[in-house]
Amino acid sequence: MVTLETYRGQIPAWCPGCGNFAILKAFKDMLVELQLEPHQITVVSGIGQAAKLPHYTRCNTFNGLHGRALPVATGIRLANHAMPVIVTTGDGDCYGEGGNHLMAAIRRNINVKLFVHNNQIYGLTKGQPSPTTSEGTKAKNVPFGVISEQFNPMALAVALDCGFAARAFAADTEHLKSLMKAAMNHKGFALIDILQPCVTFNKVNTYEWYRERVYHLEPEYNPEDRMAAFSKSLEWGDRIPIGVIYRNTRPAFEERVPMIAAGPLVYQGFDPSRIEETLKEFY
Amino acid sequence: MDYSIKIGGEAGQGIQTIGDALGRVFTRSGYYVFSHQDYESRIRGGHNFYQIRLSDQPLAASKNKIDILVALDQESITSHEHELTSNGRIIYDASTLKFKNEGPVFLEIAFEKLALEQGGDKIMANMVATGAVLGMLGMGLDIFLELITDTFKNKGDQIVLANKNAAQAGYQYARQHCDKCTFAVATDEIKQRMLIGGIESIALGALASGCKFYSAYPMTPSTGIMNYLASKEDEYGVIVEQAEDEIAAINMALGASYAGVRAMTGTSGGGFALMVEGLSLAGMTETPIVIAMGQRPGPATGFPTRTEQGDLEFLLSAGHGEFPRVIFTPGTPHQAFYLTNKAFDIAEKYQIPVFILFDTYLADSQWTFDSFDLSQLRYRDYRLRGDAFKVQHDYKRYAFTDSGISPLAVPGDASHVVVVDSDEHDEEGHIVEDAATRIRMVGKRLFKKLPLIKSEIAPPDLYGDHEARIVLTGWGSTYGVMKEVVDELAKSMSIAMLHFSEVYPLPDFTHFDYVAFLQKAKLPLCIEHNATGQFSRILRAETGFIFKARIHKYDGRPFTVEELIGEVHGHLGNV
Repeated sequence: MVTLETYRGQIPAWCPGCGNFAILKAFKDMLVELQLEPHQITVVSGIGQAAKLPHYTRCNTFNGLHGRALPVATGIRLANHAMPVIVTTGDGDCYGEGGNHLMAAIRRNINVKLFVHNNQIYGLTKGQPSPTTSEGTKAKNVPFGVISEQFNPMALAVALDCGFAARAFAADTEHLKSLMKAAMNHKGFALIDILQPCVTFNKVNTYEWYRERVYHLEPEYNPEDRMAAFSKSLEWGDRIPIGVIYRNTRPAFEERVPMIAAGPLVYQGFDPSRIEETLKEFY
Repeated sequence: MDYSIKIGGEAGQGIQTIGDALGRVFTRSGYYVFSHQDYESRIRGGHNFYQIRLSDQPLAASKNKIDILVALDQESITSHEHELTSNGRIIYDASTLKFKNEGPVFLEIAFEKLALEQGGDKIMANMVATGAVLGMLGMGLDIFLELITDTFKNKGDQIVLANKNAAQAGYQYARQHCDKCTFAVATDEIKQRMLIGGIESIALGALASGCKFYSAYPMTPSTGIMNYLASKEDEYGVIVEQAEDEIAAINMALGASYAGVRAMTGTSGGGFALMVEGLSLAGMTETPIVIAMGQRPGPATGFPTRTEQGDLEFLLSAGHGEFPRVIFTPGTPHQAFYLTNKAFDIAEKYQIPVFILFDTYLADSQWTFDSFDLSQLRYRDYRLRGDAFKVQHDYKRYAFTDSGISPLAVPGDASHVVVVDSDEHDEEGHIVEDAATRIRMVGKRLFKKLPLIKSEIAPPDLYGDHEARIVLTGWGSTYGVMKEVVDELAKSMSIAMLHFSEVYPLPDFTHFDYVAFLQKAKLPLCIEHNATGQFSRILRAETGFIFKARIHKYDGRPFTVEELIGEVHGHLGNV
C-alpha cells in the first residue's frame, strides 16, 4: 500500500513559502492516488530549484545537466518504455537552456510527462529574467527592463500539435494534482506549465497576482479543437486560463518504434553469435 | 605484383560504384586490397577520387604511383596524369569529357555508348568501366559477373542481364584495344578474405558488444556508423535515434545507459565540442558510455571531408572536472572492431566514458583481412539486474567499495530506487555539500579506479627490428603507412614501428618498457597527422621522453608510402 510516507524524501532546501512546496505536495498526492511505488517511476531533472524535487521524495532519479532532462528522459523511455518517466524542470531549464529539446520532444511525442515549475524568474542564480519574465521587468542584470517578448509555452505547444498541454497554478493544488493524473494517464508527451510564485525574487507575479487572474477553463471548453486552443493559449494578462488547453490522440513515439513492439529494449536478450552471419557480408 | 588504380571524377558520377566493385572483385579473386578515398564537401561536382591497390601480399597503405587511371572527368587527367607509372594507362570516354586526349597512355572507351548499346541505359557506364579495368589487367570476368548477380538480383533478371552485358562490353573492348597493356593479374588460388572499412568495423564492433542504443547527429566522418547500425536495427534489436543536436545525442545515450542498455554516440570534433558537458556528466554520474569521435581537420568547420589527427589533446582534457576516461586509437579496421568491443567492456566494467578516436582516413579506407576471430570478443554483463538485484537487502548507487566500483543496477528491476546526480552526492545519490563526502567520492570514482583501468591497457605494437636504430612512432590511422615504410626501409636499415592503439591512459611498462626502447634508438621519430605533435607532447608530459625528430602532415591528406619514406630519409642525417 503506497502512502504519503512511502514518498518521504530529504528535507527541501527551498525558501519558506516557495510555490515548489505545493507542487511537491500535488506530485506526491498524485503518485499515492495512482498507487505507483517509488521504484516504478523515474524522475529526470536538470538544474534549478525545480530540478531538486526528486531528492525531496523517493523515486528512481536522474538529476543531470541544466536544460538536458528531456533527452535523458527520451533515452530512458526508448530503453525501457514500461517505466513511467517524469521530468521536473523550470522555466529557465526547459524554456531557456533546453528549448531545442522541448521542440523535439513535442514533435517526437515521446511518452514523457513534463512538469514545468514556471516562476517567471531565475531563482538559483538569484533573480535574472527567464524566458517567461514579462516584458519590461527590471532586474540587476537588465536595469532598463526585459526587451524580449515573454515566451508562451502553451502557444508553442498548440503550434507543434503537442499531445497534451495544460496550465496549472501551484496554489490550486487539488486542480494541479488532477492535471498531473490526467497527464500520467495520457498516452504520449504531456506538458504542464505550472505557475509558481517565487517569494524571494519575483515581486510582480505573487500569489495575489495569480489568484486575481487565474480561472478554470469552462466545462464547455473543448481542448481537442486546435484553433480554439490556439486562441485560448494566447489569453494572458487580466485573465489566465488554467486546465487542459489542448490535447490530441497522436500515437506515442514508443508505439511506432518496431524494435520495441515486443517488449522493452532493456529486457531483450543479446546473442553474440549473430555477428558471424553479419560478417559474411564483407567477403 | 602490386598495382594501383585510381578512379577520378565529379561527385555523383559513380566513382564509389566502380571503386567498391573493383575492391570486391579483387578480394574475391584472392588478392589483398587497400583503398582510400578523397572527396570534397559537396553532393555534385568538384574533383574526387577513389584509389585501390591490389597485390598478392598484404597491403596497408596507398602509393603515389598509379597504373590505371579511370578518368570520368578531364580534371582527373590534368591532376593525376603525372602519377602514372611508365607502363600506366588512362581510360576515359571522350564523349563525356568532351575532349579527345592524344598520346600513347590513353585508351578511349565509349563507356556511355557501350552501356546504351549493350545494357540499354547509359547509367551502366560504370559497369562498362569496371569491366574495362578487369580486361586491361588480364583478369577473368566471372567473379565480377557473379557480383553483379548478387548486387542486382532483387531488381529482377533483366536488370542483372543488362548490367552483365554492359560489363562484358567494357571487358571485351579493353581486351581487344589495350594492346600495349602489360598488366598480368592471374586469377590464382582463391582464398576467401574480407574487405572491410574502418567505419563499418566500428559499427560491427558495437553490434558484437551488445550495443542496443545509438543516438547521434549526422557529421562526417562519423555518420557511417549511424547508417550501418540503422541498417541492422531490426535484426539486432538496436535503436538508432537521430538526435536534435549533439547535446541531445550524448544525453539520450546516457539516459538509455542509466535505464540498463549498452549505449553509444558518435560525432566529429565540432559535434563533440557540444557533447563536452555531457561527457563530464558521464564522469560524475559514473554512467557507462562509448563515444566514437571521428577527426577531421579543424579548427571550426575546417576541411569537412578530409583527415587529421588534431583532437587527441581535446579528448584528453574535454569535460570540466576530473574523472577517468579511456581513449582507443585503432590503426586498422581490424583494430577498430576489437577496440570498440573492448571499449564497451571497459566502459561498463568501470562505469566510465570510453572513446574510439578515429579519423576520416581510417573511416573511409578499406583493408583485406583473412577473417575476424570472434573468440577474442569479450561480452560480460556487469549490470545488477533482475533477480540478482531483487535479493539485495539494501542498495546504494554510489556505495563505497574497495575497488571504487559501485553496483550499477537497472532501475525498476527491484524495489530499491536508483538515484544518480550531477551534483556531488552521497552513497545513495543525493546532493551533498560536505567536504568529507567529497573527498571520499573523488577517491572512489577517480583514484581507486585509475590503476585498475590502467592495468587493462595493452602495450604499443612493436613491428620490425627489436633493436632498431630508427623507430617510427605513431597512433591511430598512420599504422598502415608506417608499417609499409618499415617493410620497405628494413631492406637497407635497422628500423621499427611503435604504434599506440590504446593511447590513454598510456600503457604501463609491465609488459614492455617502450620508453627504454625509444631511448635506445638512435633516431626515435614521432609521426602525426597534425601540426604540433600532440602525442609526442603527451608522452613527454607523462614519461619525460622527448622525440629526436617529428614528422607532421596537416594538409588534410594521408601520407602515401613514398611521401613518408621521403620524410624519413630527410632525417637520416641525424642518425
